[in-house]
Amino acid sequence: MSARDAQLKRDVAGWLWVSPWVFGFLAFLLGPMLVSLYYSFTDYPLLEPPIWTGLDNYRRMLSDETFRAVLWRTAKFAIIFIPLATVFSLAIAGLLNGKVKAGGFFQAAVFIPTLVPMAGSAMIWLWMLNGEYGLINLSINRTLGWAGVSAPNWLSDSKWAMPSIVMISLWSIGQMVIVYLAALKEVPDEMLEAAAIDGMGPIRRYLSVVLPLISPVILFNVVTLMIGALQIFAIPYILSAATPGGDPRAMYFYTMYMYDNGFRYGQMGYASAQAWVQLLITLGLTAMLFIASKRLVHYRA
Amino acid sequence: MAREGSSTVIRGERGLISRVFVYSTLIAITIAFLMPLVWMIATSLKTQSEASRATFSLLPDQPTRIFQNAADNYSAVWNDPVVRFPLYLRNTLIIAGLSVVGMTLSSAIVAYGFARLDWRGKKPLFAIVLATMMIPFPVIMGPMFLLFSWIGWIGSLKPLWVPAFFANAFNVFMLRQFFMGIPKDLDEAARIDGCGNWGIFWRIIVPLSKPALAVVALFHFVFVWNDFLAPLIFLRNQDQFTLALGLQLYQSKAGQTPWNHLMAASTLVIAPVLVLFILTQGALVKSVATTGIKG
Repeated sequence: MSARDAQLKRDVAGWLWVSPWVFGFLAFLLGPMLVSLYYSFTDYPLLEPPIWTGLDNYRRMLSDETFRAVLWRTAKFAIIFIPLATVFSLAIAGLLNGKVKAGGFFQAAVFIPTLVPMAGSAMIWLWMLNGEYGLINLSINRTLGWAGVSAPNWLSDSKWAMPSIVMISLWSIGQMVIVYLAALKEVPDEMLEAAAIDGMGPIRRYLSVVLPLISPVILFNVVTLMIGALQIFAIPYILSAATPGGDPRAMYFYTMYMYDNGFRYGQMGYASAQAWVQLLITLGLTAMLFIASKRLVHYRA
Repeated sequence: MAREGSSTVIRGERGLISRVFVYSTLIAITIAFLMPLVWMIATSLKTQSEASRATFSLLPDQPTRIFQNAADNYSAVWNDPVVRFPLYLRNTLIIAGLSVVGMTLSSAIVAYGFARLDWRGKKPLFAIVLATMMIPFPVIMGPMFLLFSWIGWIGSLKPLWVPAFFANAFNVFMLRQFFMGIPKDLDEAARIDGCGNWGIFWRIIVPLSKPALAVVALFHFVFVWNDFLAPLIFLRNQDQFTLALGLQLYQSKAGQTPWNHLMAASTLVIAPVLVLFILTQGALVKSVATTGIKG
């Protein structure tokens, strides 16, 4: 067998082994993406074939009040949630990264809520945040009632809907805590000792030794959080349907509006345009995070 | 690495006051994270009037009635004439079972191609695999629905498990890392014995990768069990609902669902993943720790 034949044989074998993914990629990802790109330039009420309308859907977004509102609300959620989630999970990981007895128990306690299905999580918090009998309001009213503080009706009060969603999302940061804890354990003791000998206090050590060393992990987690936050759907979808007295707009997010356009209002073209804008925002922000962090993130060889 | 010994210098320097601070904060955090689940279970063991009353009590007024209440509430949920949880459990198990098998097998095969074989186009293709992890599901859900209705899959469970047989970027990435750690000498020895790739895969790679494969299977099971948006879009017929959809249906059905019943239903939906967590003794936590930092 000649060298060329052998190479060809290896190529065939390689592509054959990865062919399941290649097929899935073409059929269930690239194909649908291109189809959705095409629909985004059409008016497609689902029951009739799509009609080419050029950039109409994209123009419509600019003047669509609801679109602007859901975009801003989703951005606001991401802006509030991502820093809080990062600070909390770093803090909890920091507490666990030491000589902690029963560390495994505490890790499990923080991790378990991440396993709870979104639908279950929504039900639990619907009950916890209930205005009359919810555990949170009972606690607030019993402990602070004498001071005239009375707890809000979280989910049906449009001011408190966003903090509620953020709080519920913070309940499942456990995976990040575990990842940060693993990263902190990788920080070499010699470096911390050297810094201590140089006279750095614990705060300086944290800021100028620990944080730079775990910065690639922080970047990865922030990107993951960002991609997830822009897609937020299940929790607000279930909770707003379950809060008939509330302002339905207060928990209306980007993906929910897209879902309504595509599957309830029969506007697949408009929904597809929104899907592509969501994709471009996601890719754009990811690229920005990577570029902006070039100076901040420290990669070890 | 003498990590344990030297770490006392830096990491063990906590005095009594800081230890008290660390443990009391950790206990407060534990309560904050677990209380919602404890309260859910406690509510599911109360009577309807006890559940809708302003009280901190975890137990019903007559603690001895706890078993009677449990039997009443859980059987009310399980036997609900409209929202048929037994059926949804069956559907969820079918979807989860098939997609776990499909996902684990196909991801392992694809990962073998990337980890063990040399072929032209491997590097750029792997870059594409990694890039697909960023694509949000909502971007493709519309055309996916149309594709599945065009081939007649809407009205069946197929849209939720067939795609699992075509691997997934994250699992391929994880298994590839694992396979690359297996010494290549083993392949060579097997090749001399007359094994082809298929033989090497089944006789060497798979047996040596059982822990990694188990993690992929476990995570995918949890993912399928928890998924909400995909079933919401692809399952148009109430008889095909999964537990996650069923739970929402149960909450939103006409008339007020009593809290003790709703919490019993939530416990039923959540309990299997929690039991799985306990049975696997933290394997999930460990694997999150190892895959996360390599990202």
